[in-house]
Amino acid sequence: MWRQWIPFWHPGLSPHSGDVDLLFTGLLIASALVVGLLFFLLTLFCARYRAGNQTDRDHRVKKSWHWEVSWTAASFVCFLGLFVWGATVYFQIYRTQADEHDIFIVAKQWMWKTQHPGGQAEIDALHIPVKRPIRLVMASQDVIHSFFIPALRLKHDVVPGRYQDLEIEIDKPGHYHLFCAEYCGTDHSGMIGEIVAMDPADFSNWLTQQAPSSPLASEGGQLFRELGCSGCHGGGGTIRAPPLEGVYGKPVPLSDGTTVIADDKYIRDSILMPRSQVVASYQPLMPSFEGKVSEDQLLRLVIYIKSLAGHPT
Amino acid sequence: MSETNYLTADFTLRSWFLTTDHKRIAILYFASLIVFFFIGGAAATAIRIELATPQADLVSSDIYNRLFTMHGIIMVWFFLIPSIPNTLGNFIVPLMIGARDLAFPRLNLMSWYIFMLGGCTTLFAIFAGGVDTGWTFYTPFSTLYSNSYVIVAAAGVFIAGFSSILTGLNFIVTIHRLRAPGLTWYRLPLFLWSLYATSVILVLATPVLAITLLLMATERFFGVGIFDPRIGGDPLLFQHLFWFYSHPAVYIMILPGMGVINELISCFSRKQVFGYKFVAWCSLAIAAVGFLVWGHHMFVSGQSLIASLVFSFMSFIVAVPSAIKVFNWTATLHKGSIHFDAPMLYALAFIGLFTIGGLTGLFLACLAFDVHATDTYFVVAHFHYIMVGGMVTAYFGGLHYWWPKITGRLYSEYWARTAAVLIFFGFNLTFFPQFILGAEGMPRRYHVYPPEFQLWNVLSSGGAVILAAAYLMPVFYLGYSAFFGRRAPANPWDAPGLEWQTSSPPPEFNFTVQPVVTRDPYQYNEAFEAEPQNA
Repeated sequence: MWRQWIPFWHPGLSPHSGDVDLLFTGLLIASALVVGLLFFLLTLFCARYRAGNQTDRDHRVKKSWHWEVSWTAASFVCFLGLFVWGATVYFQIYRTQADEHDIFIVAKQWMWKTQHPGGQAEIDALHIPVKRPIRLVMASQDVIHSFFIPALRLKHDVVPGRYQDLEIEIDKPGHYHLFCAEYCGTDHSGMIGEIVAMDPADFSNWLTQQAPSSPLASEGGQLFRELGCSGCHGGGGTIRAPPLEGVYGKPVPLSDGTTVIADDKYIRDSILMPRSQVVASYQPLMPSFEGKVSEDQLLRLVIYIKSLAGHPT
Repeated sequence: MSETNYLTADFTLRSWFLTTDHKRIAILYFASLIVFFFIGGAAATAIRIELATPQADLVSSDIYNRLFTMHGIIMVWFFLIPSIPNTLGNFIVPLMIGARDLAFPRLNLMSWYIFMLGGCTTLFAIFAGGVDTGWTFYTPFSTLYSNSYVIVAAAGVFIAGFSSILTGLNFIVTIHRLRAPGLTWYRLPLFLWSLYATSVILVLATPVLAITLLLMATERFFGVGIFDPRIGGDPLLFQHLFWFYSHPAVYIMILPGMGVINELISCFSRKQVFGYKFVAWCSLAIAAVGFLVWGHHMFVSGQSLIASLVFSFMSFIVAVPSAIKVFNWTATLHKGSIHFDAPMLYALAFIGLFTIGGLTGLFLACLAFDVHATDTYFVVAHFHYIMVGGMVTAYFGGLHYWWPKITGRLYSEYWARTAAVLIFFGFNLTFFPQFILGAEGMPRRYHVYPPEFQLWNVLSSGGAVILAAAYLMPVFYLGYSAFFGRRAPANPWDAPGLEWQTSSPPPEFNFTVQPVVTRDPYQYNEAFEAEPQNA
């Protein structure tokens, strides 16, 4: 395996991490060639043309432009190749596919709070099954954090005020580092956790062994009633507010004539800033829930509304 | 040495603190920058000692965060940005173009006072309780969550920015208007081309920093919702604004160093710089394209993938002129007559270190690898290779090269070479292991870290001790030479530049007769034959 030949570089553990390692190897080889050539020439010139050394110094290169054009063109072509290579892999890394297995992550000073759809919650740890793409939906409660798994060569910032999707997949069971990579205050270096990748069977066992808790969707449903959302949105009433059954993932016509897909972000925004994107033929009556619900509660509400997707309108 | 020179013209304190002589102002800057350099360096040393073990043992996390913030703020704004332009540039620019002074001598003095006001404000913030935001002041941490002297520190940086703008303006006007008769643009030494490019960035980019810091302060005071997502702001807006200044600022920090290297390589291989016009225009190309790459700091921030694509492409483009320069310096050595005096050792070190810094910059411009490496020690190693391996090495090289002109004294060549070699080894031992740490995934700004990273951290900390000692050496042998060194001749390096045609140290108004330029720069063959060594 070529990877073993690179010192200090542990083999990656996901389909994409192998691509990143290959790219890194390519960059290393290209750099080694350039550095090798340069140091060879520097040494050669410094030795041969040192002052006092009798050597041929006639016929110095006077016209330089063809040299200049050659090395400009050569650099440009190499750089272009590296650019295309890096960009191709980048788009694969950050592509997310719709997947049933979402895991929700709330980052806050200084911990990672992870929540499985069944309600199992973890702090600074995340158990996942191997060989299965998992979609993470991440939110930050306070400052910018960055979700970084070195073994997967993967990181993404978690910026407050927006949901961030990230797809991860691990091929081999084991324990892996989870770091916060964006400086977030006093205990930034303590905001580390563990990714535990398990065989699917072990993972199902682990899920059932966790302290019994209600699924996030039903907790969300309870919040939906407690916060009074159901007064307008629930019970099939369509006078003051649009019904939410079957909305998730579908296009929604807005009052300004445009259309949005009702994804996590749209639902979150509609709870916090209800007047920014009002559904067509409805009045902007809904009050903002900004400051009234935490990120954890928001997630539950979103999951609840998502769980209504299967219901007919 | 019977005639008076700029140092002996007057000895009163008033003559120093109210001087409008660019040479004395350069000395004022030089003295202030030494203080800032060693304050910033002390913070770095403390950081490296702390990181020798995985646990927290020297300082608490709050102190650690204040240390690296202080190191960054001091080194970027109060050492690197003013380093070469305000000391060597201030001293040498008028001499190089055959002028009596800069275009606006009083503005020059004012710029030093503004700089000191900014510097003292920032120092006050640091010693009153410190700042813990990192030098980047990212929101919403800096606006809503940090309990430290953010506003005061930012005010210091804000104030110092005006000094940058004034200096840049002064250089631009000086280079346009005060060139000696016959000194056409293509006869300008390349140091001036690079300082000109630097000045353009200083004038155009620094106002953006001022606006950014002002918005940040407004947000922190009044919570108006520019960067706070809960009231409709966007934290990423801050990053766009900040890097719109701070990436060009990287070129403010490296272009003057490249300029110095041209002078050194050419002088000590007794040969004209290869591809003069290409190198000259490369400086301006870097200054221009450097404005269009800021988004490469945000590849994992959540900016659109298309934006990342464009910024990655532009980052590769901006590397082309830098690569061209490295090739030209190497080609300059070809068929030269190479002397290994201390300044040349620094110049050769620069080429090696800058190349490694530049190549690893390509790693980071490469989108998929950046996802892994950004915010790790790989980035820390990369920019220290550019800023310290590049800029500081060039600064030391230039300082040694022009030292006889500035002080009229010769330093100990033996100690100067020893220091150069020690700095080179200390530097590599400090920063090369950090590439490996970053590739292994150790995030930056970590006070405590998992134990498997310790080996490379210990090496890095060991290197830092050597590096710190090596940086202290010039204080002694240069300091000694300034007072007790042998008298320097007017032109100790047999160089053809105008600054060597006047006495060392120069008289108050630089030249006794107005010099006239009749030939291209770097005509070392003629100088070598025409003027016998008079040392």
